[in-house]
Amino acid sequence: MKISQKRIVTAYVFLAIPLVFYIVVRFYPMIYAFWLSFTNWRLISPKKDFVGFDNFVKLFKDKVFMTSLWNTIKYVAYGIPLVIVLSLFLAATLNKVRHLQWFYRLLYVMPYITPLVAVSWVWRWIYQRPPAGVLNNILMAFGLDAQPFLTSMDQSLPAIVVTTVWVNLGYCIIIYLAGLQTIPQEYLEAAKIDGATSRQSFFKITLPLLNPITVFLVVTQSITFLRIFTQVYNMTDQGSGGPLNATKPLVLYIYQKAFRSFDMGLASSATVILFMLIMGITLIQLLVLNKRVQY
Amino acid sequence: MNRIDRKTSVFAYIFLTIFAIVMVFPFVWMFSSSFKTSEEVYEMSLIPDEPTIANYEYIFNYSMFPRWFLNSMIVAVVTTISVLFFDSLIGYTLAKYTFPGKNIIFILILSTLMIPTEMLVIPWYIMVRQLRWMETYWSIMFPGMISAFGVFLMKQFMSTIPDDLIDAARIDGVSEFGIFIRIVIPLVKPALATLAIFNFVGNWNAFLWPLIVAQTPKMYTLPVGVSYFSSENLTRWELIMTGAAVSTIPLIIFFIIFQKQIVKGIAMSGLKG
Amino acid sequence: MKRALLLLLVVSVIFAGFAGAVKITYWQYYYETKVKLVDQLIEEFEKQNPGIEVEHVTFPYENFNEKVAVSVPAGVGPDVLTLFYGWIPLYVTSGYLVPLPEAEFSPEYLNSEFFPFVSKGIQFDGIPYALPTAVRSLALFWNKDLFAEAGLDPEVPPTTFAEMVEFAKKLTKYDDKGNIIQEGLTMQPSGQGHQWIREVLVRQLGGTPYSADNRTVLYHMTAPETIKVYTDLITKDKVGYPGFLNDDVTAFRSLKAAMTIDGSFRLGTFRPLENLNWGVTELPSMNGVKSNFASFWAHAITTNATGDKLDASIKFLKFITSEYAQTLWLEQVGELPANPNVAAAYYDHPEFGPFLKGLEYAHATFFVDESGQRQVLMDAVDKVWIQGMDPIKAFEEAAAEDQAIIDEFWSRVE
Repeated sequence: MKISQKRIVTAYVFLAIPLVFYIVVRFYPMIYAFWLSFTNWRLISPKKDFVGFDNFVKLFKDKVFMTSLWNTIKYVAYGIPLVIVLSLFLAATLNKVRHLQWFYRLLYVMPYITPLVAVSWVWRWIYQRPPAGVLNNILMAFGLDAQPFLTSMDQSLPAIVVTTVWVNLGYCIIIYLAGLQTIPQEYLEAAKIDGATSRQSFFKITLPLLNPITVFLVVTQSITFLRIFTQVYNMTDQGSGGPLNATKPLVLYIYQKAFRSFDMGLASSATVILFMLIMGITLIQLLVLNKRVQY
Repeated sequence: MNRIDRKTSVFAYIFLTIFAIVMVFPFVWMFSSSFKTSEEVYEMSLIPDEPTIANYEYIFNYSMFPRWFLNSMIVAVVTTISVLFFDSLIGYTLAKYTFPGKNIIFILILSTLMIPTEMLVIPWYIMVRQLRWMETYWSIMFPGMISAFGVFLMKQFMSTIPDDLIDAARIDGVSEFGIFIRIVIPLVKPALATLAIFNFVGNWNAFLWPLIVAQTPKMYTLPVGVSYFSSENLTRWELIMTGAAVSTIPLIIFFIIFQKQIVKGIAMSGLKG
Repeated sequence: MKRALLLLLVVSVIFAGFAGAVKITYWQYYYETKVKLVDQLIEEFEKQNPGIEVEHVTFPYENFNEKVAVSVPAGVGPDVLTLFYGWIPLYVTSGYLVPLPEAEFSPEYLNSEFFPFVSKGIQFDGIPYALPTAVRSLALFWNKDLFAEAGLDPEVPPTTFAEMVEFAKKLTKYDDKGNIIQEGLTMQPSGQGHQWIREVLVRQLGGTPYSADNRTVLYHMTAPETIKVYTDLITKDKVGYPGFLNDDVTAFRSLKAAMTIDGSFRLGTFRPLENLNWGVTELPSMNGVKSNFASFWAHAITTNATGDKLDASIKFLKFITSEYAQTLWLEQVGELPANPNVAAAYYDHPEFGPFLKGLEYAHATFFVDESGQRQVLMDAVDKVWIQGMDPIKAFEEAAAEDQAIIDEFWSRVE
């Protein structure tokens, strides 16, 4: 046996248990959901009839579905740039300080480790209209007008994006920090000796070396934002994704169809669309971002 | 330290502190709410007028809180150990071996993140019933034994390890698995610590699956138990906040212990440049 | 040796006894006093019916549907399940509920033992499927201290709609920028507001919400002004708005709303609050018409229960809906009895009275998709006060969406 063949065998041996796990625990349910998307299964009913593409036709005729599809894209478009840039900036700043670094890290990660239900409740109160809303009280103290936030068609989705960024920021900072720690100091010192400013060395050395981490964060955060659910459910009236569906993401639509209307067929076909959306975005990101590392 | 450095560092501290206040404020609020009465919990004050520990007494005396706490601990610890081992092994294999189907396997593993848990629970539950796993810790844990996020994270970190190091070990006659355990693992300790923290948090706070699979109160995890404080006629927010505060404390301790590993770093590591 | 044999015999007899016992599973959402009471009732029931064992499973209210939806396909569901009456059509058409056997629950029995809206509300296609222990209706809660503060007699609540609006205006407080800081009346369609609109305001304005067969939406044609009457309180009179202090219950309990329309289940929320000095009265009338919305959670037998389990489930259902259980339910949980004979004793009760009187002229909406049909009216109100749409048009759009939900349901069933 050649060495390369031996390596291939080793690789498959290492992957054997995980692959069995994935096939049973993840792929099988996934394929099951794909199959259900072509049926009219009503969850608590024993009947499952094959209906072809009926569910998909129904979906694209449903205004609420189209709104939630569009909202889902908005969550990613607003959230990802914000969370990536902010966390990179904070991690780089944090990496510079010598004292109390661990303490700041702990404070930043606090929102992430707090149960999301509790976080959502607190933010719901922060966004209240007067007299209760903390944010509005601050605005009014500066002589500004009170804002409707969660009861507005335009502001409610960005408000939830801000909460989500606030939750995920600590996670991204920690991962960026772990990446920054693995950059050899010699590289940066060599650049300094060559007369590079700290800004130059950040963009020319640090950022390219961090690329695998950035790829990881962009891809996984995009998936997280595309699957946004808990905070919307807990921050809107009756978990409706309101007002008037202005904040409803796809997963909430799927949830309502499956567990409120028991329309598992329709929920499954919406899941297939969500899957294709996430897969498309992920593949594009992997292609574009991984290319950039080949400088 | 020269003057410019000192100046930047002062600015850095001011900036970091302002952000830290914003980040921590809602948490402080949650904590202070846990010391409020059910009437006062809707007052927007940060400091309770009449602080009370009645909520803490309630959750410890009138519910199976200690048991739920223990259940959550078991679930989070076991899944995290499993995830650390398997995810780094998969990540390493995907980063450092060349074999047919490699990219497809990676994309397939990633693709499992693209289906909401809500759509997976029904087949999982049927599986639990058919395999007679009802009312076991295993039934709560099994979906979390390997995490695709973790595989991706480890793959990214492993890819930064120089191939020369691995080849050198091979020449020295170290076995393939030995290389993984003795050479590679120590190099990615910061990533492992990061993964440990976030995987622990994720499993500790998981709600939907434990809710569905746990039939009796003795198998509840913390978030499931706490959700019982919210009912049709009223949601006991002061109790939910107390539960959230108590459940966050072990995570803070866990974080403080593991975060040292993140920064210790590796002096010898070189990134592909 | 003999002794060992004897022991073996005793043990096997005990085991045989266990094996012979029928075990049924009962599910309901978690509510502390209900769970305690049901545990107590089960103990008595098991004593009266040796050989039947009832396992009582609870889950959080919020997650009722997830729990049922996931368990049923896996075959882990209950034999007896307590569900909201508005979900009965959905559950029946999914083939999950067993009709109540006529031998045990004859039409005469149902008519004599339960309020008239109950026997209608538990039916689908003329067949009864479930029975409640307790029922609920709406009433007007008012804060006596805030009434006194505004110069109103704290013991005299409004009795007509016009009076209520007039009171509400006096009771609303604003800051210097015009933001409401105290609501005169809570305006929360997502709470009980949508029920008040659909079954009360529509009828008081001379309309009928749905056709007799429940298949046609009529409210927008028979009472087109309804949403306008409601939203005028938000946009013109400015006595409150949806989401003020998060929700109506929070606003009222934290003394920031003077009046709120809510269900009898709210008594238990307000009663323990020492700083809240409240009263409760019948819903205000309009144009001389009184109307109310009644609803209930009902116990139904599922297709899991067959043979011995079905018999045991029927016995259990009879027991937990008996007058005895209803009396205990009223005393320990504080919900209105579903049996008029039990209710009769409480007509002059200061807290239960207004709700029980309301039951006499109450209607229970026939929902084919309770959350969807609620959403339709929530959206109509939002369209008017957030987007500034003409209320008549918003109501027409709501009716069209509501009709689409109903049509979709029947097209699936038939």
